Amino acid sequence: MGVIATPGGGTIPLPPGARHSASLRAAPRWLLLAAIVVTGAMLLPLGFVLWVAVQIGWSEIVTVLVRPRVGELLLNTAMLVSMAVPASVLVGVSLAWLTERTDLPGHTLWSALAAAPLAVPAFVHGYAWVTALPSFHGLVAAVMVSVLAYFPFVYLPVAAALRRLDPAQEDVAASLGLRPMQVLRRVVLPQLRLPVLGGALIIGLHMLAEYGLFALVRFDTFTTAIFDQFQSIFSAPAANMMAGVLVLLCLLLLMLEVSARGGGRYARLGSGSARQAARLRLPPLAKGAAVLVVLAVAILSLGVPLMTLARWLMLGGAEVWDLDAILPVLGQTLALAAAGAILTTMAAMPVAWLSVRGRGAKVRIIEASNYISGALPGIVVALALVTVTIRVARPLYQTAFTVLLAYVILFLPRALIALRASIAQAPPELENVAQSLGRSPFRALTEVTMRLAAPGAAAGAAMVFLAVTTELTATLILAPTGTRTLATTFWSLTTEIEYVRAAPFAFMMIALSLPLTWVLYHQSRRAAGR
Amino acid sequence: MLFRTWIVAGAVAAGLALAGTPPAVADIVIYNAQHESLTKAWIEAFTKETGIKATYRQGSDLELGNVIVQEGRNSPADVFLTENSPAMALVDNAGLLATIDAATLALVPAEFRAGTGRWVGIAARTTVFVYNKAKVPADKLPKSMLDLADAAWKGRWAAAHTGADFQAIVAALLELKGEAATAAWLNGMKANATKLGGNAAVMRAVNAGEFDGGIIYHYYYAQDQARTGEGSKNVALHYFKNGDPGAFVSVSGGGVLASSKNQQEAQAFVKWTLSKTGQDIMTKSALEYAVATGAPSHPALVPLNTLQAPKLDPAKLASKKVTEMMLAAGLI
Repeated sequence: MGVIATPGGGTIPLPPGARHSASLRAAPRWLLLAAIVVTGAMLLPLGFVLWVAVQIGWSEIVTVLVRPRVGELLLNTAMLVSMAVPASVLVGVSLAWLTERTDLPGHTLWSALAAAPLAVPAFVHGYAWVTALPSFHGLVAAVMVSVLAYFPFVYLPVAAALRRLDPAQEDVAASLGLRPMQVLRRVVLPQLRLPVLGGALIIGLHMLAEYGLFALVRFDTFTTAIFDQFQSIFSAPAANMMAGVLVLLCLLLLMLEVSARGGGRYARLGSGSARQAARLRLPPLAKGAAVLVVLAVAILSLGVPLMTLARWLMLGGAEVWDLDAILPVLGQTLALAAAGAILTTMAAMPVAWLSVRGRGAKVRIIEASNYISGALPGIVVALALVTVTIRVARPLYQTAFTVLLAYVILFLPRALIALRASIAQAPPELENVAQSLGRSPFRALTEVTMRLAAPGAAAGAAMVFLAVTTELTATLILAPTGTRTLATTFWSLTTEIEYVRAAPFAFMMIALSLPLTWVLYHQSRRAAGR
Repeated sequence: MLFRTWIVAGAVAAGLALAGTPPAVADIVIYNAQHESLTKAWIEAFTKETGIKATYRQGSDLELGNVIVQEGRNSPADVFLTENSPAMALVDNAGLLATIDAATLALVPAEFRAGTGRWVGIAARTTVFVYNKAKVPADKLPKSMLDLADAAWKGRWAAAHTGADFQAIVAALLELKGEAATAAWLNGMKANATKLGGNAAVMRAVNAGEFDGGIIYHYYYAQDQARTGEGSKNVALHYFKNGDPGAFVSVSGGGVLASSKNQQEAQAFVKWTLSKTGQDIMTKSALEYAVATGAPSHPALVPLNTLQAPKLDPAKLASKKVTEMMLAAGLI
């Protein structure tokens, strides 16, 4: 939910000279102001958690937080993240290496299949597993299903990086006497540190934020516990303080990732363009084993969800496609998602421009705050907005504005990453020339740079659109009375064990997500220059 | 001119937002904690009969009850429907409910409505122990719900702790046995029971043999039997009777908000749920017990008057204390 989900995003580098050649003049005041307004809105949930903590005071915080249940949830969450993240990295990196660097038969097909599970929302993965194997529950189920749902977040950037690595270093290592496996371990893997860490961070944040999947496999995390408490006591100190702990966990993950990045150099030295790496010839036995591995992952991550869904759809027949009920839900989902995508992209513009062209600590702080807020789970954002609107901004309570604001807060980083990349590619000189020809700074910006950044804006908007169509917690809590989206309808049917009637909604979410997953996959390959 | 594009984009977004969140064309807003399918059927029939349009906001008992308390006098809700009485009592104690029309109150026996006259029962459900017939022989069934806290039941039963249904049962236990006994039972439950997402999930898991038994309400079984019977073929219901806390009959309530600007329509809706059509829809599809005097319950159900439910005032059931105690026991 509220995380930076841009597989491959972290690995697409800015053109090396972009930052240095940027115009050094100060950012226009209105732009800075717009960026500050957006950042202010983004910081609302963090501010809310702090405000609640100050309001209820130290002794109450201790009573609410220092109890066995919180310890239990901490342990659960720690076990989940510490098992599922390394497992996802293992699966993602292995598949990337097999599909990019070995002569695995049909590697193009396998690499598309390794990206495809992203099109299935995590809670639909959960639904499929739980309905296929009713007794599949607890930690093992939670770890396994989240690995299957999330490993593409590691696969995509690692595969892209592998395609870009200069094989010269590997050749040198081999010439110095290392065997292929040693080259892999000592030369190739260390160079994958950034895409692995980036993917691992995205997965970790997803796991802290996910509600539906873990509720289905009956594994309590902070997010499910906060949601349970919300259902019993609405916005009360207990739930709000637990949200505070969840925020700390997210910040901890962000810090871990930053500190693990290290300061190594990853850009290649040497002139000319890098050669294409040769694919390692696997011995027949290893090749057979490799095919079995990729096949098993494809069956578990795609076969199980799709087969289960197909079974429910077949059981339901034509009867469950009650268009009078489905079409309004689909229409509302599309409208909300489109509105969310447009607004989020518009809000991301000033921040993205500043982060590319701007200078100084102020700009860095603005940029960092936006990424941090976007890492917060939907439940925290929803709790903050519902409490703030009900207490101090009543006219906005239960309005479309509030749920859209939640989408902006949750998904702005996705738009930001896409926009940044394309603004960085727009030469600042053009903007200067436009101004010297008499355009105002605002018009120069909108007519030159923004126009050139349009592809990035479109990519970012598409990513936000997709995120909104499968958003559950914030929509459940904040949407105006009478609003039903694909995700909320699917969820309410699933909790009533109406698995057959839920199937069409799961199907539509996957159908909407597929084209975008394909684009992401395509992009990650194009980024590799092929 | 790209400046214009920004304006247009903003306008499009606003238009889409309006399209995505349909304006309330309704005459009354119902905060609905009852099963969505039941209230939907009620609204359809009610609108057809009276011409009054209604829309609803779905949530759980205590979530919506607390929402109304926070919203206070400005609540957009006209009607509040619950599955159990504690949330209704919460809103009533906050002074936010209007008095129900005397003609409506007269439709329901006193045991199924609030003594204050500010809300009225619309349906009733009884607590049952659902058990797997292959795993628990009839003579090994618990004599009382309290037995489920014994070590002998460790790991063998399930419940939907976080649901308002289960919390109402705990509220009844608290009223009947007091705080110390309830706290002790909850601690035993924490050690023994598995938390599932809802009563339907509990019955399904017991039916699949995952657990020996579970605490649920009767109609999950009755509904499944009335359909395919697939999800309940391996289970049976055990009624504790004897005034046991596990024989608790919970009253689903309907109330009208004092702040509602549509008093007449809101009162009409609550009254209509107790009409012959209203109670029929409820007993046929939801299989809860009818509460209006003279309205028949579904013939497949064990008659309500043979269940030996404990005598309790539904308006007295607490919610805040119960959630506090369940939080303290680490159950939610």
